[in-house]
Amino acid sequence: MDNTIRLKTGLAEMLKGGVIMDVTNAEQSRIAEEAGAVAVMALERVPADIRAEGGVARMASPKKIREIMASVTIPVMAKVRIGHFVEAQALEALGVDFIDESEVLTPADEEHHINKHAFKVPFVCGARNLGEALRRIGEGAAMIRTKGEAGSGNIVEAVRHLRKIHQEMRRLTTLGEEELMSEAKQLGAPYEIVRMVAREGRLPVPNFAAGGIATPADAALCMQLGAESVFVGSGIFKSNDPAQRARAIVKATVHFNDPKAILEASEELGEAMRGLDVSKLPESELLQTRGW
Amino acid sequence: MKIGVLAVQGDFAAHARMLRRLGVEAIEVRRADELEELDGLIMPGGESTTMLKFLAEENLTPTIKKFAASGRPVFGTCAGAILLAREAINPAQPSLDLIDITVERNAFGRQVDSFIDQVETTLEGGSMEAVFIRAPRIRRVGRGVEVLAALDGEPVLVRERNILAATFHPEMTGDDRAHRLFLHITSRDDVAQSVRLRCAPKV
Repeated sequence: MDNTIRLKTGLAEMLKGGVIMDVTNAEQSRIAEEAGAVAVMALERVPADIRAEGGVARMASPKKIREIMASVTIPVMAKVRIGHFVEAQALEALGVDFIDESEVLTPADEEHHINKHAFKVPFVCGARNLGEALRRIGEGAAMIRTKGEAGSGNIVEAVRHLRKIHQEMRRLTTLGEEELMSEAKQLGAPYEIVRMVAREGRLPVPNFAAGGIATPADAALCMQLGAESVFVGSGIFKSNDPAQRARAIVKATVHFNDPKAILEASEELGEAMRGLDVSKLPESELLQTRGW
Repeated sequence: MKIGVLAVQGDFAAHARMLRRLGVEAIEVRRADELEELDGLIMPGGESTTMLKFLAEENLTPTIKKFAASGRPVFGTCAGAILLAREAINPAQPSLDLIDITVERNAFGRQVDSFIDQVETTLEGGSMEAVFIRAPRIRRVGRGVEVLAALDGEPVLVRERNILAATFHPEMTGDDRAHRLFLHITSRDDVAQSVRLRCAPKV
């Protein structure tokens, strides 16, 4: 493995077992850090607001990201539109620690994702299934997260994507060497990475969960289903008790296998964000179908 | 021999893999009572601010200090080294004060400034590949602290009695000398005898 990829996945390794929180200003980022977040995602609007307000969602303004970078010592991530490699160049120049090539923003290219090998800064990308995850890794992603359904406050899609990716990985480990080429073709994924997953039974980069996590139990559910960390978007700052909820989700993520700790984390919380029934959303309003 | 790896957050799995490769049982530690049976403790890389919250919340701070005072070895890498230091700066934050060093956080810059380089070491076998990720720098070492590896003359692996601290990630390379030295410090244990000494520092 070349050194650049080692450094990129290395930072992703450091974020394992933690919570990465969406924030839109310095005050929120300090609340996140104080609550024990391992990183923050700097955004102009959280996904629930992007969904509600519509219009074209783009990379956040450099001024906003700078303000957030100056307010915390933990790593700062920021989102770019799918395929918008120039937004990524700008964020790399700005010095963000991780870039999320995200379906939450309006795609800039409906055929191609960014060639992430061309960057020194690491990228995280969303995936709904193994083929998508391995294509992103082939393009140079240093971390994969489920897409879930961002801004929905509904965990069902993240669960679907986590289960799917793990089922497909397990299946790969049962195949014979001679079956892997045709499987790679089916998955639409690079053959060498398919072989690696078949051998190891896991992705070659950390595998996190995102999209719809709103409660401590949601976070622990993702961890028990095999996620190595969680992203919480609208779930924290769209609830009526952000600081307390942020702490509770961090606690439940660390102690994801300890029912008593999850119970403790779940007590005395106010109301979670209201949430959406994803099955009632029209296809055109789904964010997870963006990306190819 | 059983070695605990603080598993609040961070790359604890990488340390556990390294320990298992050396034939040692690795136990994930999240609560104070889980420390009792252990022969040594590793504090991994990750985010020191997050780990600090849990050290306080789970009452791990006094337990780890007592653990170290019993003579059992504690090894901190990157964020772990920040937690073990006498003093952590940039910005200042509480630490366990188990080794007499001052550590500056994120001292090389942001992720784009992370790097891999060879460091000079007194451990047998010559220079060592070291992975620095948003790494801290050791700005001061106390008189009782031995420098075991350095980058351009600056300490990156240090030891004071049973406490070992690295600003890089030995768990992320194939080079197991730092971990073998750590296990060697657990020398009272019979099992440690089998993995010891080849990595003992030159005098």
